[in-house]
Amino acid sequence: MSLSALTAPWRAFNYGFLDESAKREIRRKTLKAIAVPGSQVPYASREVPMARGWGTGGLQVTLTLLKPSSVVKVIDQGADDSVNAASIRKFLRRVGAADETLDTTAATLIQSRHRIPEERLRDDQILVLQVPDPEPLRAVEPDISEARHMHADADYGLLWLKLYEQIVRSGRIMEGASYPSLVNARHVISPSPIPRWDVPKLHQADNLTILSAGREKRIYAVPPHTDVAPLVFDDIAFRVEDHAQITCQRSGVKGYFLNELPQAGGPSIHEMSDSHFATKHIQKREGEAVTFADTYYVNGSLSR
Amino acid sequence: MTLDTTLDRAAAGSAKPAARVLAVDGLTKTFMMYHLDRRLPGFDDVSFTLAEGEFLLLSGENGAGKSTLLRTLFRTYVPNRGTALFHMSDGGTIDLARAADIDIVQLRKGEIGFVTQFLNARPRVSAEDLVAEPLVLAGRPFEAAREEARRLLGAFGLQPALFPAYPSTFSGGEQQKVNLARALIRPPRLLLLDEPTASLDRTARAALVDRLARMKAAGVAMIGVFHHPEDVAALVDRDVHLTRQKIRENADVAE
Amino acid sequence: MTARPMTVLPRLAPQLATAAPLLSMRGVAKRYGDVAALKGVDVTVQPGEVLGIVGESGSGKSTLLRAMNLEEVPDAGRYTLDIPAYREKDLFALDRYQRRMLRVREIGIVYQNPHAGLRMRHSSSGNVAERLVVSGERRFGELRRRAKDALIASDFPIARMDRPPVELSGGMQQRVQLAKAIALEPTLLLLDEPTTGLDVSVQALVLDTLKRLQRERQITMVLVSHDLGVIRTMADRVMVMRHGAVVEEGLADQVFQDPQHPYTQQLVHAKL
Repeated sequence: MSLSALTAPWRAFNYGFLDESAKREIRRKTLKAIAVPGSQVPYASREVPMARGWGTGGLQVTLTLLKPSSVVKVIDQGADDSVNAASIRKFLRRVGAADETLDTTAATLIQSRHRIPEERLRDDQILVLQVPDPEPLRAVEPDISEARHMHADADYGLLWLKLYEQIVRSGRIMEGASYPSLVNARHVISPSPIPRWDVPKLHQADNLTILSAGREKRIYAVPPHTDVAPLVFDDIAFRVEDHAQITCQRSGVKGYFLNELPQAGGPSIHEMSDSHFATKHIQKREGEAVTFADTYYVNGSLSR
Repeated sequence: MTLDTTLDRAAAGSAKPAARVLAVDGLTKTFMMYHLDRRLPGFDDVSFTLAEGEFLLLSGENGAGKSTLLRTLFRTYVPNRGTALFHMSDGGTIDLARAADIDIVQLRKGEIGFVTQFLNARPRVSAEDLVAEPLVLAGRPFEAAREEARRLLGAFGLQPALFPAYPSTFSGGEQQKVNLARALIRPPRLLLLDEPTASLDRTARAALVDRLARMKAAGVAMIGVFHHPEDVAALVDRDVHLTRQKIRENADVAE
Repeated sequence: MTARPMTVLPRLAPQLATAAPLLSMRGVAKRYGDVAALKGVDVTVQPGEVLGIVGESGSGKSTLLRAMNLEEVPDAGRYTLDIPAYREKDLFALDRYQRRMLRVREIGIVYQNPHAGLRMRHSSSGNVAERLVVSGERRFGELRRRAKDALIASDFPIARMDRPPVELSGGMQQRVQLAKAIALEPTLLLLDEPTTGLDVSVQALVLDTLKRLQRERQITMVLVSHDLGVIRTMADRVMVMRHGAVVEEGLADQVFQDPQHPYTQQLVHAKL
């Protein structure tokens, strides 16, 4: 018997770039994360050809879930066309032969940095969020061992204390992105730095959301149809960003989350953050055939 | 120690048998001072009985153990021998010489009172509230208790302007009035009096004797040590005379 | 020639007490390596009572208090509190989470060092509010009101309620600790050298607050101190500890005026 008969033929890299054992580990850890919603599961974050901090956590999960029939969409702060989003999309096509799309409704696998699309995700779609800092207790408890004890005890008094002090000091809650939220009435997560606007989209969603931090080596998940409740006092309502009445300069649509673009001389203009959703409105106005899904917000208020 | 009990002439007249309050038998107290490696005698083999409404005067020279006996009955001191059987209001009996600490705490709340010349003043509690407290703890409505406290403080000659003030700032005489009023506002079953007339002016002394007379008439049994026994001569039924005991081993160490 | 001690009469079992003991510890023992910190200690505390524990450092009094606060589980012994849901249960057998919840709801503690009991850089009112939040209060208005009430009850100047303890004096820090400890009206209040390190005048004021709270709310307290004056001011009964064991136990006035054990006599005379 020759040596070549015992070895696989040489390839530059495995399908989906990660080797099979790495993917198996991430699948297992992802299953565990789904089984205990909101609980952070450590994993052996591998090297990918991208610097830590640029979405390596999300990328590893996407690579693990990738198959030739996948249709991937990559979002960078709402936009599909940033260099980073385009590079990741291109990489996924090269290593997984996956189709690309910019259209939320057409995607099966969506990797996103800091936003959830405005169009309602379905139960056959998976959202992978890139997470820089998975630990909601980091700011209040620097000792990670102590923080894990606190999660085990569901001891979130310090987070409440932080909110209490913001109201005492400023008259309102100052938490912006990554608003601490209680998942399945058990674990508090930092929902990556998505804006408050996007937090209600996680609650009882039809889709699976996987959150992955590459540098911090933690995976956690919000399974479909799971309660997600931002930490709020009973007598002080949770407020999302005040964007409902502002019109998108690009598409003329209003009632969605916007990016503020300061102009020379003082005033700002606003553009819709979900860039391709705005593009679809423009295409529709110009007579092209486009498909819209239902949106989480209708006329600027949450629809259920 | 010799113990000399004589019936008082006044009590001899009324022969109505009153219920027993206390039966002391062979009670003995000796202090062991380890740092001196010495035993100091308190009193030895004291026996007497006391009935409701009886006033018993402890007499004897300084160092004979009069105050020591009072404190032993109150259990500030623990005796070495003997019994002190106390008959409680509910008819039960308990040996004060051996009762559990928490039982003594219980008895001190209502059954047994102790009056000294020292006030345990607490900052920021007014004189009237301090005096009313024993009644409030016994379940009397707050305003009624306070009213009674004011009346009693008035009887002892404390100026009404001082009723709502804090006794920690009072003079010694004024503090003693508050102290007495607090100790006497709620009649106990057994009242121990350790020189309560010391540092009292004439008004207060008269008020005290009057109060004691009323309590005695109401059936309170009393044991007292008085610097000037003539103050309470009219109340005394019997006299227990203690004599000073020799100090065993190294008699030069006196109290 | 050595004088022979004359033994005092042994105490009988309680016969008048109607209420069950609020706290009962039996045979509590704890070793740290070769050092026996507690050698089988028994403690009983009646409802509404103030028990003082005196002893020098190393006597085991603080270890005992930590065991009462369920911060530390000893090697041996049984611990019960007369609380409806926990009656007859050995609290040392609870798991870490149950111990924590019991501590939050039923036991308040004031430490000598405010750093041990407070978040020094959060607001004073927030320190109190956190405890209320952990017990399940989720209304901001209620948190604010109840934190304020507890601070007022602790004689804390309310204008400073949102200042962090780090900016306050030692006496004020102890008042914040006290407010936090009493905010949930605990079954048991533990005080670990609560006035040690304070100026004498401030110490008197803090003790005064404790006395008033005890009188108004009949809180059951266990007070640990090496300062006999503090114990004398506060305690109904006193336990004297030495080398991990109780050498003497009695009514406070009795222990101070007629101490029975040579060690207690030495302690009392040294302070008089």
